Amino acid sequence: MSLISILFILLFYFSLLLFVVGLARKVAQYWRTPAPFKIPIAPAPQTLPKLYLRMLREIFLFESLFKANKWTWFFGWVFHFGLVLLFFRHLVYFWPGELPEILLHSSPLRFAAFPLMLGLLGLLGRRVIVDRVRYISSPSDYLMLILLIAIAFTGALMTFFHNHPNMLLVKNFAQGLITLNWSELPEEGIFLAHIFLVLVLVAIFPISKLLHAPGVFFSPTLNQLDNARKKRHISSWALEKEENENGQDLEKNN
Amino acid sequence: MSDIKVEKLKTYIETPLIEIDSMKGVGPFKANKETQEELGFPGEKIDNWKEVAINKIADTVSKYRSVQVFLDICVKCGACTDKCHYYLGTSDPKNMPVARQDLFRSVYRRYFTFSGKYFPKLVGAKDLDDEMLDDWYNYFHQCSQCRRCSVFCPYGIDTAEISMAAREVMNSIGVGQKYSNQILGKVKKIGNNLGMPEPAFKDTLLDLEEEIEQETGVAIRIPIDKKDVEVLLVAPSADFFAEPHIDGFIGYAKVFHQSGVSWTLSSYASEAANFGMFIGSYEVMRQGALRIRKAAIDLGVSRVIVGECGHAWRVAYSFWNTLSGLGGGAGDEYALQLQKQLDKRYPQPQHIIEFTYDLIQQGKLVFDKSRNDHRVVTFHDSCNIARGSNMGDIENGQFILPREVIKAACSNFVDMPIETIKISTFCCGGGGGLLTDDLIELRVKGALPRMQALKQAEESDAVNTMAALCAICKSQFSKVLPYYEFDPYMVVSVHQLVGEAIILDKEPKSKN
Repeated sequence: MSLISILFILLFYFSLLLFVVGLARKVAQYWRTPAPFKIPIAPAPQTLPKLYLRMLREIFLFESLFKANKWTWFFGWVFHFGLVLLFFRHLVYFWPGELPEILLHSSPLRFAAFPLMLGLLGLLGRRVIVDRVRYISSPSDYLMLILLIAIAFTGALMTFFHNHPNMLLVKNFAQGLITLNWSELPEEGIFLAHIFLVLVLVAIFPISKLLHAPGVFFSPTLNQLDNARKKRHISSWALEKEENENGQDLEKNN
Repeated sequence: MSDIKVEKLKTYIETPLIEIDSMKGVGPFKANKETQEELGFPGEKIDNWKEVAINKIADTVSKYRSVQVFLDICVKCGACTDKCHYYLGTSDPKNMPVARQDLFRSVYRRYFTFSGKYFPKLVGAKDLDDEMLDDWYNYFHQCSQCRRCSVFCPYGIDTAEISMAAREVMNSIGVGQKYSNQILGKVKKIGNNLGMPEPAFKDTLLDLEEEIEQETGVAIRIPIDKKDVEVLLVAPSADFFAEPHIDGFIGYAKVFHQSGVSWTLSSYASEAANFGMFIGSYEVMRQGALRIRKAAIDLGVSRVIVGECGHAWRVAYSFWNTLSGLGGGAGDEYALQLQKQLDKRYPQPQHIIEFTYDLIQQGKLVFDKSRNDHRVVTFHDSCNIARGSNMGDIENGQFILPREVIKAACSNFVDMPIETIKISTFCCGGGGGLLTDDLIELRVKGALPRMQALKQAEESDAVNTMAALCAICKSQFSKVLPYYEFDPYMVVSVHQLVGEAIILDKEPKSKN
């Protein structure tokens, strides 16, 4: 096996390890940290079905962002929408064995690269042009967009300009990573660049603002029910404190 | 009126270009040693403040999921950048919600994240140094914790949570704000924000009883510390003496008189406001809530009703059940002790608007609307009520109920533009512990978006009265309206409108 193949195989598992361990730690941290108060933001749902609907609207439609700014919403939404479709499309490579029917028909999804690219360029343009957004941007904010644009660009180049590496080799390589039956990967530069950038993205996920993906589920302003006066909500640390105080009161009284 | 440059009002809200450092400064007056120590904070800035502050940040993120998650997940999309009234009014980019949070976030990143520890420049991580602390003090006291930004954030990031945490961190190293902390000291010692002792409190209300009787010819009682009555009313202390608040308080008294429901004030817990929220201190906020718990238990009441106060209603509605068990649905001994005493037929605690609204629904109040016919009324949704509470336990009840109460008492009601009311309401500019003269420039400028919306309503519908449901809003508007060439007396309590139109019986109705 070539050195490049070995390096990429190692890089794949290394990135995946960082991703899984890092993300698990962050999610565990969010899970463990108590929310001591009821702080749902208006319009706050009072029943569980309405709460689920609110979360679904936020996650799939970016409802609050729509209220805030139509351009940011449009660019943000088409980018994420493209990302989801292309993620699905890439299952073709990783699916071990016979492809399910639905993946056999997923070829048109490659055109999702266009809304994806449009969204990313729009977000980058906004970051550069709007003085308020430029003010709040750090180098990492630009780099994140540039990284995603580079991934999209290398992917699109392979897909739409007939310089795709041998599909069978790609598939064998990708499936080998899943089944631990490793094989050589094609060594076209553009393909290697694409894979490398994706692995970088995967690796930095848990230490970057990409944490917004799991984080949104834990946001107390969005995920809480508005029922504070019907049901007592108290955090573990506050309850402990209360019990200690009451214990002292009882001692005093006795 | 101090000399503050106010631009001529347009009738629409314009997003200004950023003007870096336009509101840089030393912030509001700092609390002195005595004030700080009264609340259990260090008397002055401690020597090892940096170390203590970093530890306090660690403690805060481990106790508050909101702070931990919000610090991590902001993507700097910019959705909030034009949503804060202080940014719209001052153009200082550090008044953009995300930039205000970033004062905290950059420090968090520097000391608590991999990227910030090893690549600070890349991710905008910054040391906590004197300059940063000055910015914290200045700009976290330019946030009224109104939560408007949170409505527009795709992740619900709430700057109020961050600004409360920042103030808590600053207090823990002995850097506190004079206005809020002095008031909290008074509540702790005396029981209300004014520091009005029991005899003065009782005298004031006795005088008020006489005044009402002279004016209306009806003997309306304002009971204090009366045991075994049905309702304990907890009002913001400004209601007892300040203009226009007091006319709202007279309105409550008239409504109780007509309802036949027995009620009392408490001289021990004579304050609904709870500035503990503004400084982000669970403990201080809890002490305020416990006073009310004790008063309710000692007086043996079965209902607790809260007067017209914005953040007080947020604390009462959203936090009292947590802090002191004043609410429903508890599983623990401590909260049940109080909840057993409370009447389950009513929400606990209840807002005075809910009380009046119910009476109107039952046809128990009769109004002569023509007494308010000289008014064209609009309603300012107070931020804490609008975005941090509910009324009537129906969706959007906090917007519906006050408007219905106003409409029951007035013939002419119009709303201000939709993007400036209800969930999108603009803060008055004086909330969150900023209602102090040393911040007058900020208060005037922060009121700009509300003033613009009011101007629009004035031009389109000849609005001449703005009703509000919050003691801070009322004081703030009375002060800043003249800067924008409005009549300072155009701001009224909702219950002033009620009180003026209500038709009184000579004798209080019996309860049934």
